Amino acid sequence: MSDTLNEQISNIPNDHVGFITSPKWKGEVVSGISLPSDHLERVEGWGVSTSSAGYVFRPSTLEALYEVFALARRTGRSVGFRGAGRSYGDASLNSENIVLDLTRMNRILDWNPTTGIIKVESGVTIKQLWEYILPDGWWPAVVPGTMFPTIGGCASMNIHGKNNFVAGPIGDHILEFELLSPEGELFRCSREENSEIFRSAIGGFGMLGCFTSITLKTKRIWSGLLEVEAVNIPNLDAMFTCFEERLNGADYLVGWIDAFGSGKGLGRGVVHEANYLERGVDPDPAQTLRIENQQLPDTILGLLPKSILWKFMRFFTNNVGVRFVNLAKFWSSKLLDRGGTFRQSHAAFAFLLDYVPNWKKSYGKGGLIQYQSFVPKETARHVFRAQLELCQKRGFPSYLAVFKRHRADEFPMSHALDGYSLALDFKVTRKNRDKIWRLASEMNRLVLDGGGRFYFAKDSTLKPEDAREFLGDKTLADFVLLKQRLDPRGILETDLAKRLFGSK
Amino acid sequence: MPEPIRKAIVVGASSGIGAAIAKRLAADGAYVAVVARRDDELQRLCDEINQQAGEERAMPFVHDVRNRDELPLLFQDIARRLDGLDTIFYAAGVMPEVEPNEYSTDKDALMIEVNTIGAMAWLNEGAKRFERMGEGRLVGISSIAGDRGRRGNPAYCTSKAAMNTFLESLRNRLEVKGVSVTTIKPGFVDTVMTKGKPGLLWLISPEDAAKKIVSASLKNKNTAYVPGQWRLVGTIIRSIPSFLFKRINI
Repeated sequence: MSDTLNEQISNIPNDHVGFITSPKWKGEVVSGISLPSDHLERVEGWGVSTSSAGYVFRPSTLEALYEVFALARRTGRSVGFRGAGRSYGDASLNSENIVLDLTRMNRILDWNPTTGIIKVESGVTIKQLWEYILPDGWWPAVVPGTMFPTIGGCASMNIHGKNNFVAGPIGDHILEFELLSPEGELFRCSREENSEIFRSAIGGFGMLGCFTSITLKTKRIWSGLLEVEAVNIPNLDAMFTCFEERLNGADYLVGWIDAFGSGKGLGRGVVHEANYLERGVDPDPAQTLRIENQQLPDTILGLLPKSILWKFMRFFTNNVGVRFVNLAKFWSSKLLDRGGTFRQSHAAFAFLLDYVPNWKKSYGKGGLIQYQSFVPKETARHVFRAQLELCQKRGFPSYLAVFKRHRADEFPMSHALDGYSLALDFKVTRKNRDKIWRLASEMNRLVLDGGGRFYFAKDSTLKPEDAREFLGDKTLADFVLLKQRLDPRGILETDLAKRLFGSK
Repeated sequence: MPEPIRKAIVVGASSGIGAAIAKRLAADGAYVAVVARRDDELQRLCDEINQQAGEERAMPFVHDVRNRDELPLLFQDIARRLDGLDTIFYAAGVMPEVEPNEYSTDKDALMIEVNTIGAMAWLNEGAKRFERMGEGRLVGISSIAGDRGRRGNPAYCTSKAAMNTFLESLRNRLEVKGVSVTTIKPGFVDTVMTKGKPGLLWLISPEDAAKKIVSASLKNKNTAYVPGQWRLVGTIIRSIPSFLFKRINI
């Protein structure tokens, strides 16, 4: 490490991690030009519990994108990127400043069905991607639990799927990308070229520049179906054991936990393992690979349209209702668990969150937050047991708890590590908000003491000191230096960045 | 449990009811942009508020409500510096002395410009924004004087009556969009406007008035008389038939 870098690191003051220095409350009028007020919109995080007013621009061409950066410079406003707005918290919000919505930059630029390499604009969604490549016998190597995020958003957050322990995050499958800095410079980045930018922009939550194209390697598949097995799990220890036994060999592993289970049943739930079919196993791949055979059904039991299901779920989205539903889910899985497997389409297995459209609305006006922490395998048992117990003790058992296995990766700002994660959904109301945040803060302590990490796509509750602690001074200092190089005027900001890295 | 006021604008905040509202809001933990013509008074108010709070909760913006051209940029800038906005109080008002036999169009026009058109300009900016956001509060400080055309100051009564109707229309437009609009009708408040006037009924301090105004706003009331007993007076006054009203000296 060079002396100047050492100096720079020691120059970052300890009392705050502020590399976001925009004038807010104490700022001066930057210019005499106002932003067009007809662009002002209410911008919400996906969990609805966070929102702010932003001037939203939706460019469809590179030229229009340059224009927005120029407007930001002229009016002294900052720019925050937004893809599909699927981050739960404030990661794609930019209060009173420009929100650059990239969903119209959604062209597939190049596809090679022989190599499985695809080049897309950043607004292309996971849905667009899989529907495009599936008929040729390919599937995205990594997908999140919903098909609606954009590839640009996925790369900025370095998202993972139920195969993180074997396939790594999406960044592991990005071959190269082009990044437009807010100063208007275009960088081609890969593991060979501009490799520092490559590793930092993936997972860099939109602080370094805008992805204008992303090239991905996808996964060869020989069937539209997966071999799935559901295993009933009596408690948290059994959950860990089940994962450990199945890690070698499984393509996908995910655990659902009934957060209402207590005592001996603490951490009880269901594990789903899924595996790709080998070549030749599926007698009819041309048919199973058709998009029509991947679609999620529109109705429940062939009757009730799923589009209105959330209205009924509202009555169950409370402590009594979820306890009851979870119990039914747990016992039915116990009764049905006879050790057999069944086949399920890729989309049906991967995109569980898309089964009930608008399900988040069942959480009511206050919305929800997801609290997800990543803890090393050595301390995870202890930390997650303590978290589940703490939630019950505080009277807020999570309404949806999901357990996964991860591995460390090469991206410094990434959330993943060699260990486990537990994602906990909490309903937010005006009345319980402060209590939920206090509970999260207590859980943060457990995670940090256990050497754990956090995920910006999910976060709503972290404080600057938490972020600094889990990222580490060195990582943060390197990132700040790179940001200063690519964005010397500090144009790129989001509400999340201001919350975690804002200057006081 | 009402949604608290966190980030507010108070127009006409350099003295009287406006200043008291700003102090009240800041004491309750809100961040307040205070808007008025007089720089010195604004600065003094902010210093007082910020010293008390131990942090910068009030920020001054010098502006004459008759300069409508500068409003869009100013409004945007205030929202940016507050990092959000949920409530606007329009408390700017003038009431020049008018003799019983005086008919001054200049004075009348000034009252309409400041009391009515100024309110329209600020509340319109607020309405545009809050309608999009699906939430927010607009509060207009009107007067019991708007309930009836009294002989004392025709244009003042007119300016407040117009404000009442304007606020009512806004309310009917915006309530379905999640925005609340509250009309405040104070009686006599001990401010510069009432200074030297003898024998005022139920005179209250600006601080007391501000407390009641903020409380009515939090409850999303349609119309609130301040203090509450004026509602009865207002109702009676409004129902007096004209042939009698002409003869009563109020």
